[in-house]
Amino acid sequence: MKFKKKFGETKPRIPTASLPDVIFQLILFFMVTTTIKVYDVKVRYILPEAAAIEKIENKRLVSYIWVGRDGRIQIDDNIVQLDDIVDIMYRKRQENPNVIVSLRIDRDSKMGIVIDIQQRLRKADALRINYSALQKL
Amino acid sequence: MFKRRKRAEAEIPSASMADIAFELMIFFLVATTFDVDTGIGLVLPPAAETTEQVKVKQSNIAKLLVNAAGEVLLDGELITVPQIRETIKNKIKQNPKLIISIKTDRETSYSRYIEVLDELKLAYNDLREEYSLRTFGKSFKDLTRDQQEEVKKEIPIRISIAEPEEVK
Repeated sequence: MKFKKKFGETKPRIPTASLPDVIFQLILFFMVTTTIKVYDVKVRYILPEAAAIEKIENKRLVSYIWVGRDGRIQIDDNIVQLDDIVDIMYRKRQENPNVIVSLRIDRDSKMGIVIDIQQRLRKADALRINYSALQKL
Repeated sequence: MFKRRKRAEAEIPSASMADIAFELMIFFLVATTFDVDTGIGLVLPPAAETTEQVKVKQSNIAKLLVNAAGEVLLDGELITVPQIRETIKNKIKQNPKLIISIKTDRETSYSRYIEVLDELKLAYNDLREEYSLRTFGKSFKDLTRDQQEEVKKEIPIRISIAEPEEVK
C-alpha cells in the first residue's frame, strides 16, 4: 500500500512580519525595568574648571557631597549638618570600603567649609576624594 | 471595452524590519551618554589621632601656601599660579621624594585652590609623560595598563593636605 504525502506542495513559512514588534517589546521592557539612580539636587552650585581632570572609572563606588553657594551641604537627597557627615560617611564606608567621595562644591565657596568637610571625612576614614570639576578648554 | 488585468498581490518584504529595529536600538544605545563624573582625585591623609606622626625631612617637603587673597607662596616665595607647574616640575626633578604640602586659609576661594591643585596635577602629568617617553618611547596614554601602573609607581603623586589649624 502506498501512502500519499499530503503536504509538501507549498513551502511552509513562519510569518516574520511581527518580529519587529517583538523586538520593540524587548526595548520597551528594558527601558521600563532599567532604573538609573538620579539624585534630586537641592543646592545650587557651579563647578570649578580644571585642565588635568580624570574620569572616575567606577561609578558604583562614588558617593556625592554637594555644597551649594549658600553653604548648605547635601548628601544623598538630604540636606545635612556638618557634624552629621562623620556618621553618614562612616556608614557608607562600612558598606563599601573603597568609597570615593565626589565633592561637588560651588566654585565661589570658601576653603573653610571644604576644610571642615575634609576633616570630617578623615574622621570617618573616607579618604579617597575627588574634587568634581569641569574640563577647562 | 478595457478589461482590467488581474495582478498578483504585491507584498512588501517585512522580514528585515526586525533588523531595522535592531539598528535603531543599537544607534540609541551608542548615542546615549550618561554624564561622566570628572574631577581631580586625591587621597586625604588619615585622621591625625589614629596614626602616629611620620617624620619627614624638611628638605623633602615643598610648602605651598595659598592665602585669603589667593596669593601663592611656595617655600616662602611668592609665585603666580601659572608658574607653579614649571617650578614644581623642576623641584621634583631635583628631588624625586618631594612631598607637596598644600595649606590654605579658611577664606581662600575654592576655585583658587582647584587652580593650584590643577597646576600640580599638570606638573605630575608632564613628568609621567616625560618618563614614559624616555622608557617606553610612547606617550603615557598609549601605554598598556601595566605600563601605566609602572609609570605611576615610578612617579607617584605626593600631594598632601596640611593639617589645618584648630579653629577656636
